[in-house]
Amino acid sequence: MGKTITEKILGAHVGREVSPGELIECPVDIALGNDITAPLAIAEFERVGAKRVFDPERVILVPDHFVPNKDIKSAGQCKILREFAKEQNLKYYFEVGRMGIEHALLPEQGLVLPGDVIIGADSHTCTYGALGAFATGAGSTDLAAAMATGQIWFKVPESIRFVYHGQPGKWVGGKDLILYTIGQIGVDGALYQAMEFTGEAISNLSMAGRLTMSNMAIEAGGKAGIIEPDETTLNYIRDRAKRKWKIYHRDPDAVYSKVYEFNAAAIEPQVAFPHLPSNTKPISEVGHIEIDQAVIGSCTNGRIEDLREAAQIFKGHKAHPEVRLIIIPATQHIYQQAMKEGLIDIFLSAEAAVSTPTCGPCLGGYMGVLAEGERAIATTNRNFAGRMGHPRSEIYLANPAVTAASAILGRIAGPEEIADCGMRNE
Amino acid sequence: MTIRGQIYKFGDDVNTDDIIPARFLNTSDPEELAGHCMEGIDPAFTKRAKAGGIIVAGKNFGCGSSREHAPLSIKTFGISAVVATSFARIFYRNSLNIGLPIIECPDIAAKISERDEMEIDFEKGIIKDLTTDKTYPAKPWPEFMQRLIEVGGLMNYVRGKL
Repeated sequence: MGKTITEKILGAHVGREVSPGELIECPVDIALGNDITAPLAIAEFERVGAKRVFDPERVILVPDHFVPNKDIKSAGQCKILREFAKEQNLKYYFEVGRMGIEHALLPEQGLVLPGDVIIGADSHTCTYGALGAFATGAGSTDLAAAMATGQIWFKVPESIRFVYHGQPGKWVGGKDLILYTIGQIGVDGALYQAMEFTGEAISNLSMAGRLTMSNMAIEAGGKAGIIEPDETTLNYIRDRAKRKWKIYHRDPDAVYSKVYEFNAAAIEPQVAFPHLPSNTKPISEVGHIEIDQAVIGSCTNGRIEDLREAAQIFKGHKAHPEVRLIIIPATQHIYQQAMKEGLIDIFLSAEAAVSTPTCGPCLGGYMGVLAEGERAIATTNRNFAGRMGHPRSEIYLANPAVTAASAILGRIAGPEEIADCGMRNE
Repeated sequence: MTIRGQIYKFGDDVNTDDIIPARFLNTSDPEELAGHCMEGIDPAFTKRAKAGGIIVAGKNFGCGSSREHAPLSIKTFGISAVVATSFARIFYRNSLNIGLPIIECPDIAAKISERDEMEIDFEKGIIKDLTTDKTYPAKPWPEFMQRLIEVGGLMNYVRGKL
C-alpha cells in the first residue's frame, strides 16, 4: 500500500513502516520553545532531574511573544529562557535584536528542512510543513520530554489531500487559499489529520505563500500542513540550510482519508469574520465594515513578500485618519531588507507604526491591544473573541493587500478599490 | 478510574483564549493561572464553579494555541475531568501529559443539564448522569494514555527512561 509524505517521514524516523492510527515514539530533529511555553517546559525538565538537553544544536529557544519584555513578569519568563540557553550551551537562542517571530525565523535561518520531524511548543509550528517537513505543535510538557530524550509520542495521522486547480488571481495568495479551505471544512475539518496541499496553484505558489498556508493548518484542527518539496523548495533552502536534508515524495497510490478539489482561479480574496477563522466571505460580499486598526505582520504574513504586497498598495497613500496602522516585519533580516527596498519609508509615509519583530498584537499581548467595541483587520491567524484585546472587540482576518487597502479606506476593502480611487488620499 | 462531580456546560469550539486569555500568560504559576480559569468565555466561572466539578462541552474543545496553561488552569482550579464531543489535538495531548483526565463522548453536551451530577468510568468508557440516571457510551482511553495517567503524566513516564 502506498504511503503519504507524512507516513514516509515518520517511518524513516522510527526505522520501520508506519500506518495511520499507530502510536509511535519518534525521534525529533528540532524541538522549539518560546517565552510563553518554554518556562513551563524548563520547570518540568528540571523537576524530573534531567541534566542535559539531548542535543544543544537541536533545541531552539526564541523569545518572541512578549519581547522586548512588555512587563516585569514577561521579563522574568524571558530570563528563564536566557539562563537555560546559557547553561545548556544552546547554539540557537535568539535574543532581542537578533531574533524574529519563530516561524518566520527558523525557515529563514535554514534551521528547519525537508524530511525533518519538528515539534514546537507553539501551535503554529505546522508552518514548516511548507518545506516538506513533518512539523507539529505540542505543549510544554511535550517540549520538556523532547528536550530530555530527543523523542515524542505521536499517533500517526491520516492525511487529507487538497488539490488546488488553476491559477489564482492577482491579489489571491496563500492566505486566501487557506482561509477559503478553512471556510469550506471548518475549524475542526482536519482534526487529528495531516493536511497535504497539492495542485497547480501550489506548484506556482512562492515559498512565502506556502509557509502562510501550512501555518494555518492548525486553524482547521490539522496536525500538520505539508507540501511536497519541489524546485521552489530547493531554491529556498539551498543557501540557507545548516544541515543535510532529505526529500520525501508521496507514493502515487498513497491512501488519503479524503480528497478535496478546489478551483483556485475562482477564489477571491477572503475575509474571515469574527469569531472563527472558518467564518469566511469573499471580499465582494463583505459589505460596509469600518475598522479602527489594521495590523500587518505575524508568523502568518510578516515576510518580505507580504510587506512588498502591502507597500504596493500603500505607495502614495496614507492610512485613513481614524485607523491605527501597525506593521511588524517578522524578523530582523526582513526588517532590514524592507528598509533597503524602501518599504519602511512607504509605511512611515502612510503613517504606520512600524515595530521591531514581535508576536505582540496577534494574541492581544501588547503593541496594539483593542478596546471594547473596537474592530481590527489583521493579517494574523486567529480571530477568536478577545484574541486581540477586549472580549467585545472584533478581528477580521485577511491577506496583506486587503488589509492595506482597508487601512487606507477605513473600511474593509479589496486592493482593486485603491487602484480605482487612484490618488484619493494624496 | 472513576470520577464523580457536578457538571458545568459549554458549547462548541471553546478555544484556548476562552480558557485562559493570552494576557495572563506572562506567568507559569499554576495557582495564578487557575484564578483566570475559563475567564475569556465566562468571567464569573471561578466564582460559580466548585472544585471537583466536571466541564462538559461540544466539539473541538481547546482549539487554538498550544498553551499548556489552558489545561493547567483547569486542573489547578480543581476541575476533575473534561468531557467533550471532541478535543483539539494539542489540548488533548497536553491534558494527558499533565494528568488532567479528559474523555470523548458524542453530543454529550446536548444530552445533559448544567449542575447535574455525573460519573465517569474511564477504563470502561461509561458516562452516567446520576441526576437523570441515564448512561452514555464514551471512547475509552487507549492503553498508552491509560499508562500516562496512571503514572501521573508524561514526565513521570519519561523519568524512567533518563
